[in-house]
Order: sequence, then structure tokens, then C-alpha cells
Amino acid sequence: MSGFVRHRRSKLIHATFPVFEADLLRSLASQIVELLHNESAIPSATRDPLEQMLDFSGPTTEPEDPVLLRLFPNAYRGDEESAGEFRRFTEGALRDGKSRAAATIIDVLEEAGLPSEPTEEDLTIDVELDQETALVWMRSFTDLRLALGTRLGVEEGDEDYWDALPDEDPRAQAHHIYEWLGFLQETLVHAVS
Amino acid sequence: MDPGVEQDLSLDATTRLDTPWVTIVWNDPVNLMSYVTFVFQKHFGYGKKKAEKLMHEVHEDGKSVVSTGTREEMERDVQAMHEYGLWATLSKAE
Repeated sequence: MSGFVRHRRSKLIHATFPVFEADLLRSLASQIVELLHNESAIPSATRDPLEQMLDFSGPTTEPEDPVLLRLFPNAYRGDEESAGEFRRFTEGALRDGKSRAAATIIDVLEEAGLPSEPTEEDLTIDVELDQETALVWMRSFTDLRLALGTRLGVEEGDEDYWDALPDEDPRAQAHHIYEWLGFLQETLVHAVS
Repeated sequence: MDPGVEQDLSLDATTRLDTPWVTIVWNDPVNLMSYVTFVFQKHFGYGKKKAEKLMHEVHEDGKSVVSTGTREEMERDVQAMHEYGLWATLSKAE
């Protein structure tokens, strides 16, 4: 496991993933895309149906799903009206941006040779990112970690709790993935800096 | 009255009216310290020292004022922070 490294001459950022890791990344990224496109995740305000049909702008109420609320937090504390206005004008664009970023991860992995149904266990996937694409990956890794961290209920300084969980506990496994993404993110930040 | 003094006063009043808002970044248990520092450098153009100081404030005090300006400017900064996955809010400067 070496994570991302910047190539001195080409300035491109490289990483080599065993196929199962690349497949896992693709699967996590697709889950984010799905979450962001899931219309039912956007709470429909109980209001006049006509008014609702004529409203083409973004949502004004905060998402019920804690992951979405963490990805799109309230911009104003204690001022529901301003928070709603801000959400109306920004959440759509933020959703699209995060969704596109996750789709970029999928595209790059597939262009690098990740088959749709990997069968060859010792296959490795080499990715090469320019600075701009590396920034997109970095933002999307953040979204993935926020989503996983929120679902797991990760807190500051809780490493002992996770270490004490038995390996077969699915939460322990999800936490390993969370930590792995953190490792990748750390190397990516280092590589682009 | 010295016209220079008057001019200074009116400029000061304008600044107060135009820039009473701040962007606050809040601590969260997920984002890496290196990443938060990187975002402050990248988005605000801060030097590494300043970006690290702000990151430590977020981490240790739970929050930090990372930029000051008009309400519109702060809304843009908050939106950018949300793009990067940082937890940010804006409010009137205290």
C-alpha cells in the first residue's frame, strides 16, 4: 500500500491499486452518486401541490438523512429563513458537483482498465491524475469519508473503540475502509501540495 | 476640520457597513488536518503558516473565523467550503 505519489518529471500523480481495491473505490463512489441522485432523499415540504409543481428551484429544508445534512450543512445557525434561502440557491449545484466528482473517480478507474466484473485477482489498476483531476478526487474522497464517518458515528479520539471491535463485526470492516480512505487522502494531499 | 481626517472617518464607516460578516469553519472528527490546511491555502490563498494556524484553531477551539467580508462574499466562501466538505457557516461579525 503506497497511496498516491507525484511523479517528479511528468508532475502527474500516480497510484497503483490491486483490482479489489479499485473495485471497492468504484463501488463507494457509485453509492455517493446514487445517494445524491436519490430524489426521495430530498424532503418534500408539505405544502400546496400547485406551488410545489411550479417551484423549480432547490430545496429549502434541511435533508433528513444525516449524511446529506453533513454534505450540505446549514450555512446559518439559528436563522432558518436565511439557511433555507442559501440552500435553495446552492444545494443543487453542490449536489451536481459532488456527484460529478464521484463519477470522475469511476471514469478514471474504468479508463485505467478496471473491468465491470473483475475476475482476475492479481490484476492491478494504475491511475495517473493531472493536478486538476487529483483535486476532484480529493474532494470526492472527502465526501466518501464524511458519508462513511457519519454512518459509523466516528468521533474525535475514538480509535480504541474501533480497535476493540472483533474483526468480523461489519462496523469494524467499514471502519477499516474509512481508515484506508483516510490513508489515501493523506497521500493525495501530500502529492498535490 | 482637516479634510484628511474627515475622509478617513467616512472610509472607516463605509468599511464597517460593507464588511460585517465572517465565515466560520467548525471542527469535525472526519477531515484530516493536512486536508483542512490545504483547503485554506487553496481557496483563500493563505500562506502555509496562516493556514496551519487557522486549522489548529478549528481543531483545538472547535471553530475559527477564516474570512471576513460582505455577506455575499461570505456566502461564496461558505459554498466553497461545503464543496470541499468542510463544515462552515456565516454570521455577522461580533
